[in-house]
Amino acid sequence: MVLSLLAAAGCATTATDPRDPLEGFNRAMYAFNDGLDEAVMKPVSRAYKAVAPDLLRGMVRNFFSNVDDVFNTLNNLLQGKPLDALSDLGRVAFNTVFGLLGINDVASEMGLEKHNEDFGQTFAVWGVDSGPYLVLPFFGPYTLRDSAGLVLDWETDPVVRARPIALRNSLIATRFVSKRTDLLDASRVFDAAALDRYVFLRDAYLQRRRSLIYDGNPPREPRPAE
Amino acid sequence: MRNWFACAALAFAATAGAQDTPPDELVKSVMLEIQASVAQDKDLQAGDRDKTIALIEQKALPHFNFGSMTALAVGPAWQKATPEQKKRLVEGFRGLLTRTYASSLNSFRDQKLVFRPLRMKPADTDVTVLVRVMQSGAQPVDIEYDMEKTVRGWKCYDVRVAGISLVVNYRTEFANLVRDGGVDGLIKALEAKNKASSSPAAGAGKK
Repeated sequence: MVLSLLAAAGCATTATDPRDPLEGFNRAMYAFNDGLDEAVMKPVSRAYKAVAPDLLRGMVRNFFSNVDDVFNTLNNLLQGKPLDALSDLGRVAFNTVFGLLGINDVASEMGLEKHNEDFGQTFAVWGVDSGPYLVLPFFGPYTLRDSAGLVLDWETDPVVRARPIALRNSLIATRFVSKRTDLLDASRVFDAAALDRYVFLRDAYLQRRRSLIYDGNPPREPRPAE
Repeated sequence: MRNWFACAALAFAATAGAQDTPPDELVKSVMLEIQASVAQDKDLQAGDRDKTIALIEQKALPHFNFGSMTALAVGPAWQKATPEQKKRLVEGFRGLLTRTYASSLNSFRDQKLVFRPLRMKPADTDVTVLVRVMQSGAQPVDIEYDMEKTVRGWKCYDVRVAGISLVVNYRTEFANLVRDGGVDGLIKALEAKNKASSSPAAGAGKK
């Protein structure tokens, strides 16, 4: 299957975007992921939203967000942002102790804002170029650099290291459903906005990554002449 | 006669007021007004699309410069478009953005908004207004409004949500459509999309 997909990528003549030389392969992966999302992820997320009250879903989100902050601390240190790392560490401390193992995000209410970091961003800060856009099966939009980051993200993820395996698997599944459910509103907006869903998602992903790498303040691109 | 004068004076005062409103205060008042309207209306909370679109048409759209937005999103092809094509492009893009906006309104219903005062010089004619949407257990989402000063007051010509610019995001899509079917192809695609999302079935599910 992978071979035939690669062959399809080789034949693709539609690839005109320099950021996306593997467009043929990526479109096939996108169609696969989208089908899976429609058939499984979306129905499960809708059911979770219908069954679990807002409060409970908030607690689940916060619990995983707290685990994630440990990981953000590490990446902020690696990116040479000790103050952000300290703030992340403060979040973990407050949320674990006063937020009952993280189910309440008291730190945000205190004004300690959450950061969003990962190894892909860390590599970017170290000067690694993004490489081509790449849609991974199951994981969705990435770039070559961010896929390399993903491997390390996975290796250093406390949830992935949880044992026994049965616990780890249910934690991973729960976190996934929680995240997908939070994106239900966003996917409705996406459906309303996109003419070519593949292109719209790709461009949104690349813009979003650029913004994250610069922590929300990317240098403003000059406004082209009208 | 005196009535007429009073009306004209009032109308003038009202427009002058809107023109004088600094961009950050304009954004704040429009967003809070929309949030308040949704908070008071059960239909809007339930996602009544026609009512949502009517609200946006009335409160938000007058503050957007759709001509600028469309020109920026269409890119080089805009220069070659005829006045009639330009008109239809603007109408099509306006419809698309209105429906997109409508579909997003529900998600910001009970979020806490933080408005940052804008540091601007009196001579500035192009500024970015930042609104931060706070959420529990997630990084705050920044909404940035790029605003330009016009004779009719400050108008928004691009919105960035979480670093994603609407105008920039449409640029490749539009360029591809123009490459494949010319400006008319793009117009057709926009009109088809608007028609598809106005049909009653569109709200229930897709395809």
